[in-house]
Amino acid sequence: MSRSSSTGDDERPLGTRHYLERFARAAQHRAGPGWLETLRGEAIASFAEIGFPTRRLEEWRYTSTAPIERVAFELPESDRSAPTPEELAEIAPCASQAWRAVFVDGRLCAERSVLPADSGGLRIDSLADALAGGEGEALVAAHLARQAPFKNDAFTALNTAFMEDGALVEIPPGWQEERPLYLLFVSTGNETISHPRTLVIARPGSRATLIQDHVSLDSGTRFSNAVCEVLAEENAALDLVLIQRENAQSYHVSNLQAVQERDSRVALHTITLGGALVRNELGLMLAAPGAEADLRGLFLGGSRRHIDNHTLVDHAVPHCTSRQLYKGILGGHARGVFRGRVIVRPDAQKSDALQSNPNLLLANQAEINTKPQLEIRADDVKCSHGSTIGQLDREALFYLRSRGVEERAARMLLTRGFAAEIAAGLPLESLSGWARQLVDSAVETLTADMEGSET
Amino acid sequence: MANSNPDIEKLTGEEYKYGFVTDIEAEQLPPGLDETVVRTISAKKEEPEWLLDFRLKALARFLEMLEAKQEPTWAMVDYSPIDYQNVIYYSAPKPKPELESLDEVDPELLRTYEKLGISLQEQKRLTGVKVAVDAVFDSVSVATTFKEELEKQGIIFCSFSDAVQNHPALVKRYLGSVVPYSDNFFATLNSAVFSDGSFAYIPRGVHCPMELSTYFRINSAGTGQFERTLLVADEGASVSYLEGCTAPMRDENQLHAAVVELVALDDASIKYSTVQNWYPGDKNGVGGIYNFVTKRGACRGRRSKISWTQVETGSAITWKYPSCILQGDESVGEFYSVAMTNNAQQADTGTKMIHIGKNTRSTIISKGISAGRGQQSYRGLVRIGPKAREARNYSQCDSLLIGDECGAHTFPYLEVKNATATVEHEATTSKIGDEQLFFCRQRGLSEEDAVSMIVNGFCKEVLRELPMEFAVEAQNLLAVSLEGSVG
Repeated sequence: MSRSSSTGDDERPLGTRHYLERFARAAQHRAGPGWLETLRGEAIASFAEIGFPTRRLEEWRYTSTAPIERVAFELPESDRSAPTPEELAEIAPCASQAWRAVFVDGRLCAERSVLPADSGGLRIDSLADALAGGEGEALVAAHLARQAPFKNDAFTALNTAFMEDGALVEIPPGWQEERPLYLLFVSTGNETISHPRTLVIARPGSRATLIQDHVSLDSGTRFSNAVCEVLAEENAALDLVLIQRENAQSYHVSNLQAVQERDSRVALHTITLGGALVRNELGLMLAAPGAEADLRGLFLGGSRRHIDNHTLVDHAVPHCTSRQLYKGILGGHARGVFRGRVIVRPDAQKSDALQSNPNLLLANQAEINTKPQLEIRADDVKCSHGSTIGQLDREALFYLRSRGVEERAARMLLTRGFAAEIAAGLPLESLSGWARQLVDSAVETLTADMEGSET
Repeated sequence: MANSNPDIEKLTGEEYKYGFVTDIEAEQLPPGLDETVVRTISAKKEEPEWLLDFRLKALARFLEMLEAKQEPTWAMVDYSPIDYQNVIYYSAPKPKPELESLDEVDPELLRTYEKLGISLQEQKRLTGVKVAVDAVFDSVSVATTFKEELEKQGIIFCSFSDAVQNHPALVKRYLGSVVPYSDNFFATLNSAVFSDGSFAYIPRGVHCPMELSTYFRINSAGTGQFERTLLVADEGASVSYLEGCTAPMRDENQLHAAVVELVALDDASIKYSTVQNWYPGDKNGVGGIYNFVTKRGACRGRRSKISWTQVETGSAITWKYPSCILQGDESVGEFYSVAMTNNAQQADTGTKMIHIGKNTRSTIISKGISAGRGQQSYRGLVRIGPKAREARNYSQCDSLLIGDECGAHTFPYLEVKNATATVEHEATTSKIGDEQLFFCRQRGLSEEDAVSMIVNGFCKEVLRELPMEFAVEAQNLLAVSLEGSVG
């Protein structure tokens, strides 16, 4: 704190001051054990010290957080309107067969959730409940803020300082049930902020699919600042699906950090379809030999949206494998950013890392900045990356046109084809079919938008 | 000097054969940088007022940057801070003669260049291929060959100082037009204190009949070398230019901050090849040249072309990004690079391709070889501006790792603001295949020969872009630089 107080509150930008004030004001209402309050204190001190990132930082070279700083977001009122069961069925048809937890503005809505009460040790708890004491608290205390440090990350610091609720997921050893775990985050209100926090612990030999779905039911400017920490223990296999489909006024910053133990496998499927400004930060630490990481992502945007994806795969030990496939589709005046970092530490021999980032630019004003990055400090490795930026294949378009397919339909078909690969990679047929529908309709909207703006 | 440790000298002596010092009387300014130094350099060269102004503006900016600690730190290189007030900014062999013929050049200097394999005696060229050479020794140009023959075609090829005296209009028009004096830390320093370098102007429609070449040599201790090269190819002209460099072995680090500006007008083409072999320091990373160079070419005219080829085997630290600004429609930029780091060498090198005009094309082929404890980064930018319709880029960056203590890093930036552009980037990193090695060993090649052969194959795409003589030199250099890294 000493450093931050020397700066003097008044010299800080308004956006930073706003959160410091809110933190101080909320001091009396905050619940939770003492260690958590200490953690929150440290987090807000970090935030006070670093403030919001500027574009001078290499990490934020292509993304300005000014739109987020300009709005004085408030935590929403306590009476939050949960989606009706009908709405729920419409938003997420796949949720009916899943264990599900529904969060409204970051708070668990128990009526709409279907949680395993006593199902062979599978735990999906509200973080707030877990923190109230008992066995859950010990689990949280042991894992919270371990994977996602906040020292140099303003948004994670904010999340840590303000977090009230979220999900605590523990998949018991040897768990093999196919039934997916579905976490739905609904945002409501106007100029509201939520800081959902998710903690996932996959015990040895377990296998599961976990979906985190961010949606908004109506219009209104919101800011979701999500942090998810994942620990995959020995031999665990996790499919994590992140879907972001909030409204076009929303801001979304998410940070997912995973640590992988021996022979574990984590597949991350990131599908970003909504939001005005989205930043996805994904970090995978391959901490023990035999760990495998598979990152697959699709981002799609039109109008003036800005989508920024950062991935970091850290090969810390020998004999690990990582795969990355990130696809971008941009139309209108949208801007996309991809920065994929692969680090191979000294002695991490036999590392095998592949990264690919093809991008499709559909409109002249769209922009893409990509920066695939390899940092390799061991010699017996196989690493490669590739990135392409281009447009729809003219010959393929011509082929379709010559067979009587309308120009617009042909464009849509080809764009869908380009996007399909990511949705198809999802586990469970029902899930990938659903994701496919989401992507297809997003492509349709994008194509229609662009036609509207051209004529 | 590394005299204190005869073992080390013996070891490194074989590897860096250009490490000798020429005993020649030099005229030097005292170390330090201030207005007096800049004015003295300018006065020594009898420069016109506008050039002095250019230098002074640069100096003011540099001192500002120094004050604000704006020395770039983003590159992946690690070195202890440079004391810019402890560098000798001007050193020249004494006396500076008014040269009419080569006979008047100090024989000691001629012998130096003979030892380096660069003949300044025009008639003595053995290969039959004519190469016009401008030899730069410490801070000044000592000789330029084939001047007269070139003049017949209207080609101007001379030292930068001569150009300032004899062709001031040309120099004034193009100096700083590609790399402005305030461009970056090291370019600003160069703009303030540059001493000499080469100047070439190829008039309209002329294809330069021989290779132009500059050979840079750092000799004196404690000096920095700051040369400035300016090459202008007028409409329809073409030229191929070579650059080579060496320095003696010393256990101090010497600074080399050069600026190269290329201008290609309509239909002109410039091919710029570098074989950089500054002293890399010894096995323990003591000594060696800090090579902080700004190279940039502007394809101003339609259908103009600039091609950079570089073989970087020397220097303790290389910080160098030869770039192309593709301004003219249908202009072409190329970058072919082989960089080798062994022992404690570090290199952060790459290119920038800035596409501004329509239908512009660029190709980047970068091959990095890292051995010993060498650290190497490819750092490149491909920017497609909003008006660069149908722009095309292809980049390929491959790294080869030899030994488990070295590193290879790739930092490509692709910024595309036009949807009609096609940009492709590929990078791979791997070690020399055990099977390849086994195959060669089985056929009776020693391990070192096998590695050298594989490395040369790995670099083939770049080496074949070099003019013949240079290609041979480059291959030998790669083999020498690898010595001691295998087994």
